[in-house]
Amino acid sequence: MLKLTRYVLYDIIRSRVVLAYAVFLLLVSFSLFQLEENHSKAILSLLNIVLIVVPLISMIFTTIHYYNSYEFIELMLSQPLSRTRILLSEYAGVAISMIAAFLLGVGVPVLVYSPDPTGITLIFTGAGLTLVFTSIAFLASVKARDKARGIGSVLLLWFYFSLIYDGLVMLILFAFSDYPMEKFTLLLAALNPVDLGRISIMLKLDVSALMGYTGALYKDFFGSNTGVLFTSAMMLVWTAIPLWTALVIFQKKDM
Amino acid sequence: MIRIENLKKKFKKLQALDDINAIFSSGQVISLIGPNGSGKTTLIKTILGMVKADSGKVFVDSKPINGDPSYRSNIGYMPQIGRYPDNMKVGHLFSMMKNIRTVPESSLDTDLLVRFNLVSIFDKPMRTLSGGTRQKVSAALAFYFNPDILILDEPTAGLDPLSSEILKEKILQEKRKNKLILITSHILSDLDELTTHVMYLQEGKMIFLKDIETLRRETGEDKLVKAIAGIMRSDKKNALWIDEVLAIKATKENP
Repeated sequence: MLKLTRYVLYDIIRSRVVLAYAVFLLLVSFSLFQLEENHSKAILSLLNIVLIVVPLISMIFTTIHYYNSYEFIELMLSQPLSRTRILLSEYAGVAISMIAAFLLGVGVPVLVYSPDPTGITLIFTGAGLTLVFTSIAFLASVKARDKARGIGSVLLLWFYFSLIYDGLVMLILFAFSDYPMEKFTLLLAALNPVDLGRISIMLKLDVSALMGYTGALYKDFFGSNTGVLFTSAMMLVWTAIPLWTALVIFQKKDM
Repeated sequence: MIRIENLKKKFKKLQALDDINAIFSSGQVISLIGPNGSGKTTLIKTILGMVKADSGKVFVDSKPINGDPSYRSNIGYMPQIGRYPDNMKVGHLFSMMKNIRTVPESSLDTDLLVRFNLVSIFDKPMRTLSGGTRQKVSAALAFYFNPDILILDEPTAGLDPLSSEILKEKILQEKRKNKLILITSHILSDLDELTTHVMYLQEGKMIFLKDIETLRRETGEDKLVKAIAGIMRSDKKNALWIDEVLAIKATKENP
């Protein structure tokens, strides 16, 4: 498995896109920490960028990489290698390089300027989101036959997780504002990895005091050890299920 | 060595393979012939596990092919259109395949590598190669691991006459080593001196699988083209295709 992953990594590193991504994140992080006197504020700004950029770049890059390595996958299929192994090697290669770029671009500045629990949570959330959205993008690209459809569906998914989902949640909360919805919103948050990441970092910051009763409930839940475990487990589920589905589809696919 | 039982495959509405039954054993050179879209490549890809059959079974060395991919270590495959990672260098491609298969250096068959003089282009990226050179790379890769089964999809298409001769000579050599060789080709004259059996496919159906002696005796013709033409004439639809082949051949020989 590692043998194949090495070739995938080699191919990715040579294309330099990942390097550009790391440099971009590094520039953004450093300039935010330079601009803001208060590191907590800088982390908050960085959080918003991470929540938008990390899923988008992870998904787009994964999809383009998948279609570009179609020849490689085809070549490997005629060799004595199982399909599961081929796709998992591809996933490992992409995920490792994307996480490495994130750790370099955001992890290093955060550890330099604000090495506290909030900073660490941000790093873990970003890495988790990278894993989740790489996995979702793999599912989309394995399912879609051509590149245009693959990238289109990935963009739609990104819109859904970053914008549409929040709108839907707002709609539901307004419609049922007469009922006690606090527990239900916990469930809703778990159904979107971006929200999950946002909440777990927000609660580490002082701004959570502004969120009222829901904020208090969140703090009670996500702030505890169970909450951290729950967030990690949900991220894991969000990684495993799309990847597993992608493997099942890839098993049956005609090349 | 390869046993095919009731193999069926449908692509949307097109019946690509319709109840194929066959047994191929070592020492045979099977020519798969038939018009475009008759299911030759689909049959080959099904044997390789790249296309998943709807029903029916394929056994290689009396083991069913779904599941353990290790049976492919015994097969050398030369695709119709060799597609390789664009940025990979030719030398790197060969070293990668060697690395993936983990075979000792001594068991490698570098005959074609030498005869096609591919070593001189080892530092060229795959994307810069012409179609014919790619074919040479595909051929050299198929024979590289000295497999017991060779599957060659249109091996001589796109090769210059000299390289085509070299390849044919190589196939003859391997035939003498008692290997099983499957060839598809539209250039029937190329197959004449190689083949021991002919499998004729049309619209996904196997019309016949006969050894060349029987074929010659039944038709009273010595040349493969004419022998097949003789059989096909009895059927109007088939005759149309074979007449076209003869017409093209005639214009080639007497321009």
